[in-house]
This record gives sequence, C-alpha cells and structure tokens, in this order.
Amino acid sequence: MTSAGDNGQPRLSRFAAPALVALLVLGVWQVLVMACDVPAYLVPSPLLILRTLIADRTLLLESLAVTLGVALTALGISIVLGALIALLFVRSRWIEMSLFPYAVLLQVTPIVAIAPLIIIWVKDTRTALVICAVVVAIFPIISNTTLGLRSADPGLLNLFRMYRATRWQILMRLRVPSALPYFFGGLRIASGLALIGAVVAEFVAGTGGQGAGLAYQILLSGIQLNIPRLFAALLLITLSGVALFGLTVWISRLVLSRWHESEVTPSD
Amino acid sequence: MRKTYPAGRQALAPVDFTVRRGEFLTLLGPSGCGKTTLLNLMAALIEPSAGTLRWWGDGFAATGGAGRRLAMVFQSPTLMPWARIDANVRLPLDLASAPRAGAERDVAAALDLVGLSDAAAQLPRELSGGMQMRASIARALVTSPDLLLMDEPFGALDEFTRQRLDDELLALWAARKLTVVFVTHSIVEAVFLSTRIVVMAARPGRIVAAVPIEEPYPRSDAFRLRPAFSEQCQHLSRLVADAATGVAS
Repeated sequence: MTSAGDNGQPRLSRFAAPALVALLVLGVWQVLVMACDVPAYLVPSPLLILRTLIADRTLLLESLAVTLGVALTALGISIVLGALIALLFVRSRWIEMSLFPYAVLLQVTPIVAIAPLIIIWVKDTRTALVICAVVVAIFPIISNTTLGLRSADPGLLNLFRMYRATRWQILMRLRVPSALPYFFGGLRIASGLALIGAVVAEFVAGTGGQGAGLAYQILLSGIQLNIPRLFAALLLITLSGVALFGLTVWISRLVLSRWHESEVTPSD
Repeated sequence: MRKTYPAGRQALAPVDFTVRRGEFLTLLGPSGCGKTTLLNLMAALIEPSAGTLRWWGDGFAATGGAGRRLAMVFQSPTLMPWARIDANVRLPLDLASAPRAGAERDVAAALDLVGLSDAAAQLPRELSGGMQMRASIARALVTSPDLLLMDEPFGALDEFTRQRLDDELLALWAARKLTVVFVTHSIVEAVFLSTRIVVMAARPGRIVAAVPIEEPYPRSDAFRLRPAFSEQCQHLSRLVADAATGVAS
C-alpha cells in the first residue's frame, strides 16, 4: 500500500499533463499572435480573450446562466422522462417494438432541422429551447437504461423467480440496481448533449434582449466583429460543458464506487 | 417426500424417482445428461412437458408457496454485487416480506453456520470465490428449507476449497437434518457426499442406475483414503462409461 507512489503520482500527472499541454498551446498562440501582428478581429490573443471575459463578465455570466438553466432543465426532464420510457419499454416488448423506432428517428434527425418548427409551434421561447435540448439529450438515457434494465444477471433472475418474487420486487431489487451503471453511462453523454441542444436551439431562435443566452452572444459578437467576446463566450460554453460532464462522473462514482467494476479504484 | 417425473422433454427422457426425507441424493453424469434440467424442474423454474411433481405425495402446485420451502444453490454464487453479504443472505426473507427483527436473527444464524459472521458487512467482490459460495449457501439455508437443491455449487472452485466445502456441507447436512439433491460430474465428490447416487446418461437424458453408498457418517478425509471409497468410485466410473458407450452403439 504505497499509496503515495502508486496513487498520488498518476493522479497528479493526470491533471498536470493536460494542463501543461494547454499552457504550451496558449503560450505558442500568444507569441504567434504578437509576433505576426494578427488583428484581434481575426484571432484575438489568449490574454485579450481573458481581459474581455473579465470586462464583459456581467453580460456573459447572465447569458451563461440562461443557457445553463435551459441545459440543466432539459437534462432533468431527460433523466425523468427517459427513465420512465425505459421502464415502459422493459415492461412490454410490444410498447418497445412500437415506439423504439421513433426514438431512433428523433435521435438521427438533426436538431437544427426540427428546432425552427418547435420554436414556431411553442409560443414561449424558453419552453421551446428546453424541448429542443430534451429531444437531443433523452436518447442515450432511454437506450442505455433500457439495455441496463434488461441486463440483469440471468442467475439472479432465476433466484428471484425461485423465491416467487413479484414483478415489482424483481424490478426494484434487481433490474433497477443492475441498470445503474448503464444509466450513468447514458447520463454522461446526455449531459453534453443537453448543452449542445440548448446552444443550437438558441442559435436557431436567435432571441436577444433580457433572456439572451450564450449562443446569442456568439451570434451577435460575430455580426459586430467583436471576436474577443465571441471567444470568451465560447470558452464559457466549453468550460460549463466540461463542468457538467465532471459533475455526472462524480455522481456516478459516488453511487457506484463501492461495487461496480467501472468505478472501483484499482488501489486494492 | 415423493417426486415423480414422467417428463417427456427433449432434454430429458421420462424419468421417475423419489427423494426421501433426510437423504443426500446426488445426480451424477456427464454434461448434457439433463442433471440441471431435472434440478430446475424440481425448483419449478421450468415446467415439465408432461407428468407431475409430487411433494409429500401431494400435487406439487397444490401445496402453494407457503407449504413448499425450497432453496437452491446455483453453479455461480449469484450474489447481488451492490448489496452487502448480510443483505444478500436476507434476500429470500425480504422477498417473502418476513418481519425485520426475526430476519436479522435468521441471517446472523445462517452466516454463523457457514463461518461468515465477520464478513456480514462486506460486499461480494471483497470475498474469495469460496467465501462467496458459502454466502450463497447461507442464503439458501436462511429459510430453513425442506429441500435444498445444489447445482454443481463447487464446480468452479479449486480442489482444496472444494474438499473443504464438501466437508462443511456434510456437517451442515447432519446438523440441520437437511434433505439435499446435489448435482455434480465429479465421481469422487459424489461418493464422498451421498447416501445415494443417481447415475444419468446423455442423449436423451435418462437415469441408468441408482447406487446407495452405505458408508456411515460422519465421513472425513480418512474415508477418501479407504479401499471401499476407491472401489465405489471405480464401480460408478464403469457405470458412467457403460452408459455412454451404450448410446454410441
């Protein structure tokens, strides 16, 4: 149990290595922009982007809150609705056979193509944005959870049947716990998709004013050739995507770390 | 106790035999001879295509859930990986909605029987294969079953662990006055454990002989070394081989 040598070293380098790459890339970027005298409306330097981010923080953070609000609401709805649909699918092969193709249809149709329709049909813009993001984010939850609910150990299923377990007991005590690792796998993908869905829908909706999200800021900055602000908004979207992903990984680890192979720390 | 199976399954030709109360009966035979099928029929996990299953002379179905205390130990430990060992052992009681306090007491007693009291709070993945199998046996015993069905429970374990668990199983069988139907393809294990061995053959699965093992209990390592032991093994080995060639010709 040389935890410092076995565990501490890789953990440190796991953060240090990519951070070093980032520093290197940013450094080269900064030097190139300064050396070649690239105008800020083409490629702003990292330092300028940082200064813009600080200067425009009120505007950008407000927009970030709007976009994140849409993405998180959509993620929450996707989790609840997706899990319920998966339970329905597992309950009856008939329902799954009839409905699953449409879930796939929804998944493969580009959201940019359906977003204008949704925005026309749904009066409230925010609701329309949430619906768009749900359409994108729900599929991995449905498909992964369905797969997980069906993947209960056949031996355990036999055991439950031998003890005359009810359908409800089999579901709650066997199928749901067995599905958790799959569900969390789906959640990781869905968290990123919810953000992408929200941003794409905002682009299509193009709503400004009070409830303007980050996508609108990017759109507007592009038109105004305020490229440093565009980059700053982009940075915020990326960072919140990473944060969202990190959050789902953390929750998954919290729930599964004790028993599931995917999350068990290899220290023992 | 009485069971009759004129079961006309493809996997199993009509078979007819009786398990006596307090018996340690072993179904012995090569792979594909329908041992597991027969056991699953007894556990009512599958339905016979034809014929009946009797329980103390009654129709099997007529006795219902309450009168029929059955437990089964599978080839793998089949423990829930997310639940502690004590929760795993408590499962049959939980599924029957047994009162919590009594259940806890029964679980502690069952874990004590198999020597796993210290592992109650651990997760299955923290235990060795042999310990997981013991937990599986504790789970089977927790309901004080009238009939314990065991489907090659120690097949995946190493020889040393297997012998030790065989010894412990016999001690439990004697102490709890269990009725056991045990499935194995190991002749040595069958002779060591059983009061009676039912030899089966494949294609179609059928019973070829029933051999009583008259050796007195308790049986220990000394029994494994006695000439009578190896004679029985050779006798059974010939029976199994004859049955196989009988099919081929």
